[in-house]
Amino acid sequence: MKATIRERIKQNKSKRSSQNKIEKIMPMVFLLMASISILVTAGIVFTLFRETVLFFSHVSFINFITGTEWYPFFGNDPSYGIWPLLSGTFTIAAIAMMVAIPIGLAAAIYLSEYASDRNRKVLKPVLEVLAGVPTVVYGLFALTFVTPLLQTFIPDLPIFNALSPGIVVGIMIIPQIASLSQEAMNAVPQSMRDGALALGATRLEVALKIVIPGSFSGIVSSLVLGLSRAIGETMIVSTAAGSTPNLGFTPTESIQTMTSYIVQVSMGDATFGSTIYYSIYAVGMTLFLFTLTMNILANHISRRYREVY
Amino acid sequence: MNKEENKQSVYSVKDFNLWYGETHALKDISIEIPEKEVVAIIGPSGCGKSTFIKTLNRMVELVPSVKTKGSINYEGKDIKKTKVESLRTEVGMVFQKPNPFPKSIYDNIAYGPRIHGIKDKKTLDEVVEKSLKGAALWEEVKDRLNENAFGLSGGQQQRLCIARALAVEPEVILMDEPTSALDPLSTAKVEDLIHELKKNYSIIIVTHNMQQAARISDKTAFFLDGEIIEFDATEKMYSNPRDKRTDDYISGKFG
Ligand SMILES: Nc1ncnc2c1ncn2[C@@H]1O[C@H](COP(=O)(O)OP(=O)(O)OP(=O)(O)O)[C@@H](O)[C@H]1O
Ligand SMILES: [Mg+2]
Repeated sequence: MKATIRERIKQNKSKRSSQNKIEKIMPMVFLLMASISILVTAGIVFTLFRETVLFFSHVSFINFITGTEWYPFFGNDPSYGIWPLLSGTFTIAAIAMMVAIPIGLAAAIYLSEYASDRNRKVLKPVLEVLAGVPTVVYGLFALTFVTPLLQTFIPDLPIFNALSPGIVVGIMIIPQIASLSQEAMNAVPQSMRDGALALGATRLEVALKIVIPGSFSGIVSSLVLGLSRAIGETMIVSTAAGSTPNLGFTPTESIQTMTSYIVQVSMGDATFGSTIYYSIYAVGMTLFLFTLTMNILANHISRRYREVY
Repeated sequence: MNKEENKQSVYSVKDFNLWYGETHALKDISIEIPEKEVVAIIGPSGCGKSTFIKTLNRMVELVPSVKTKGSINYEGKDIKKTKVESLRTEVGMVFQKPNPFPKSIYDNIAYGPRIHGIKDKKTLDEVVEKSLKGAALWEEVKDRLNENAFGLSGGQQQRLCIARALAVEPEVILMDEPTSALDPLSTAKVEDLIHELKKNYSIIIVTHNMQQAARISDKTAFFLDGEIIEFDATEKMYSNPRDKRTDDYISGKFG
């Protein structure tokens, strides 16, 4: 005879005691995995911190944060003033943002406000693929394509300079900015656009005066995340920006960023325990503090200023 | 003298058809919409009421699949041949759900004048006050003009949207079920307002509420399945409809 559904459920329930155990164990497993990732991160930060402290037993903290000369390889008389590396990093970041903000936002506005469904369906995935191109490829692109191209306009531009990798870092972060900003713009309800259009606004006015203000927090946090990536970018600058720690904003000269200094020393033969060895941790710590601040800022902006509809 | 024949038509629609892709949403619509009166559009859900009023300010063209045939003249000019922005400046619209911008009350009202090039503070102050008074909202909000419009109640928001439409001094105001999201008290306020507004504006209002149509409109158009079944003075249509289907709908037999 066919058992009713209710009876069959009852039968199955008794079989489920073994499942009950799994139900109890799995949350622990998930917790463990989550803890591992947090612990590893904490471990990294701790190592960074410990080696940084050791560095400051060799070099004065004041000299580090106020010094304007970065000559770690001057045998007898090295100087460890962070400012040249900071200025190199921000030169790259500034050039990158000058490229990425207008192009990324224009692309986002196009995708969100103008593109037909068909174009959007094609372009969105293309952006996502671009966001996944390995940065070493961008580095080669900067060195072997963009720099020679720039040299046709600026004849005495050296092979290694800040301009070319700055532009290419900008290109690298365009997809992320475009994609995140477009999502923020999409969240502006259609009824807002309708309201403005019905008052005789043009589509451009709707984009600039309704959609952008309405998604401002999302746009700003996408820009801050982009900036944070530009500051932390390593391969492109190591490949194409050279390694000359110059203080100042000089896009046409070779510079050195915090990241490319770390790469230079890691690849070289700094002896374990030497001041130079510890210096990469101090620089790494500085970099970490900057990107951490940026990310917290981005989070804060998107939470604090989020428009609720 | 017969009052009705004095009135000019603000819209004259002839043999108008509209398709959403394959869906034939408006069929051979011909109607003369009189100036400075309230015209109610009634009919069961899906009969094309919203589609019809959205064609009057060309908002329907935002749907990519829309195709149309026939002509709509606004003040004697084909709406296809007028610039869409200037048409929409003269023909305001109030939506079913209040849709204030996420800005201050003041900036909501000033938005329309501003995009049309009015920038000086004094004129804008005057426009804001006049429009809010026109929408019977001034007394309630005059002390909080710089607060965000989202802080208003639903009924106040809808009157704000009406004020926003008034701020560009339109000729016509289109309303798509403007009170369906409101409580009875706010509804009464908006109805009073419509009564007041028809002195200066031609109003076309979609409503699902038969009593509302009877209360506020001078003329009523009954839509069914994309066609206009009957269009007549509201009083006449409610007391003595020509078509049996109108009678059935008004008396609640379907829809
Ligand atoms: N954007 C659209 N795309 C495709 N078809 C649509 C679209 N908008 C409306 N329609 C169709 O057109 C017809 C008329 O719709 P419309 O919204 O004008 O009806 P309505 O009379 O306003 O109904 P309601 O009283 O429910 O608001 C319906 O069959 C609807 O499914
Ligand atoms: Mg409708």
